[in-house]
Amino acid sequence: MIHRISSIARHTFKQSVRDKVLYNLIVFAFLLIAASILFGKISVDIQRIILVNLGLTAIAIFGLLIAIFIGISLVWREIDRRTLYNILSKPVARWEFVLGKYLGLLLTLLVNTAIMAAGFYLALFYQDRRFQAQDVASLEAIYFILLELALMVGVALFFSCISSLTLSAVFTFCVFIIGNLLADIRWFGSETHSALVSAITTFLYYLLPNFSLFNVIGSAAHGAPVAGYLLVSRSLYALLYAAILVSASILIFEERELQ
Amino acid sequence: MTLPMLAVETNDLTKDYAIGFWRKRPRRALDHLNLQVEMDETFGLLGPNGAGKSTTLKLLFRLIFPTSGSARILGHELGDLAAHARLGFLPENPSFYDHLSAREFLEYAAQLFGIDSTTTRRRTTELLERVKLADTGDLPIRKFSKGMVQRLGIAQALINDPELIFLDEPMSGLDPIGRHEMRDLILELRKQGKTIFFSTHILSDAEMLCDRVGILNRGKLLGSGELRQILRMEVSAIEMVVESPSATALEKLASCAQSLTRTGGRVRLEFGSEYDTNRLLELALSCGVRIVSLNPVKSSLEDYFMAQVGAATEQRAPEKDRVQTR
Repeated sequence: MIHRISSIARHTFKQSVRDKVLYNLIVFAFLLIAASILFGKISVDIQRIILVNLGLTAIAIFGLLIAIFIGISLVWREIDRRTLYNILSKPVARWEFVLGKYLGLLLTLLVNTAIMAAGFYLALFYQDRRFQAQDVASLEAIYFILLELALMVGVALFFSCISSLTLSAVFTFCVFIIGNLLADIRWFGSETHSALVSAITTFLYYLLPNFSLFNVIGSAAHGAPVAGYLLVSRSLYALLYAAILVSASILIFEERELQ
Repeated sequence: MTLPMLAVETNDLTKDYAIGFWRKRPRRALDHLNLQVEMDETFGLLGPNGAGKSTTLKLLFRLIFPTSGSARILGHELGDLAAHARLGFLPENPSFYDHLSAREFLEYAAQLFGIDSTTTRRRTTELLERVKLADTGDLPIRKFSKGMVQRLGIAQALINDPELIFLDEPMSGLDPIGRHEMRDLILELRKQGKTIFFSTHILSDAEMLCDRVGILNRGKLLGSGELRQILRMEVSAIEMVVESPSATALEKLASCAQSLTRTGGRVRLEFGSEYDTNRLLELALSCGVRIVSLNPVKSSLEDYFMAQVGAATEQRAPEKDRVQTR
């Protein structure tokens, strides 16, 4: 069981690498070099804040784009190209396949984020020729980005199992946008003084994944560390939510006809 | 006394597809299929396009689910992974990952079977040689021709040295040489004692390879039986070909024949089955003609197939007329 899941995960990682997904790292590297040269001319006090903001936002955006675009095609592409027939005719359970695909993309994102993080810390070092104590906050922010990516891949995988590529892209983007605005939507609901609207927005608040919980880039730029209990609670939230999404994807895929 | 295990057994296996966008209605793709394939035999599931052959194979591998009925493979319920470890499957028009080479895909397939790395390397090399992909085994699959993809398909179906091999239209996309090689490969597998279940609409392949066949049309099994029995059916006519006969001789022979066809200097005569070959030989020699060939015409698999499918089509036609005239 484990060897099959890990084989599928490693194959998914290899597929992403050969599909040139990691080429985004080149764009990221150019972005950091340009930022370092450009911000070198700005005030020393704020150049580090801007670099942290820009670097971490780029890590998050590149990761999210990969999570969404590769995530929505994870299962869909295998069905569409009928490559799945060769896999499921072997002693591979459907749930093993879905879990393997999920872990494979997560591995891709982990490697991608790790390389971007290394580049980012290199740029930070280049600025002052030393690291500062508050740079640990950036590491926490990167950890939160990884949690967000684990959740995002879960959302994309879920839609990949139930709909076409285009619809999956639309649904996943919608969930991502709404998931970043959940607090505002709930506030809006309570301000309308309508019990129905308030109930709906509260329902959405608890139903959809709250992506804004994982955005600590602003505080990381100012070197503010994340409280310990938040690290634990948000880790649990992301893992539990991702587990629910992967389980739902498996349940749907178990019943899906592969015509 | 225990009954010998069947390789494949289906009981009233039925599959309906829902068609239509808004108001979905069922279309029966497979209708109460009852099939038994024994161990160590080569079974051919024959039928025209859209007969339900691929649907049957997809149901057996749980790629789709039956509307009703059941099936067992090697004594296991469908979907039992323990059975899948002993099976090989070549899907119709197989498709592989473009980014991998044939060798990499075979290694990936071996990993899924949990085969150790030494055996994987050995089998991969052997199979690539066997399907004549040894020289191109390290090229990306995206550069493969359709025939090469088909050959990779058969190689991956054999990576686990399966007991039972399912081949869905194995000759599809192959050129005459490729088809010949595929036939040799299937015959070789047969010699090794493998059980083979293959679907095809090419009757000559089935005639050459199968011990038993089943004929499927519009989702229904019209008949099944041992090929030897089907092909040993009564002589339907006797065909004689003679070279440049004189007018008198030809007149004498033609008076007994059912039909006569001239091709160049040769004349082909077809006699009824009431004549036997010895009597016709005597007649021809008495006329002084030069005989090129004299053959009893037996029913071929094609005749059997056409009789079964034709009868089923005729049965359907009046039903259709009745519906249309209402």
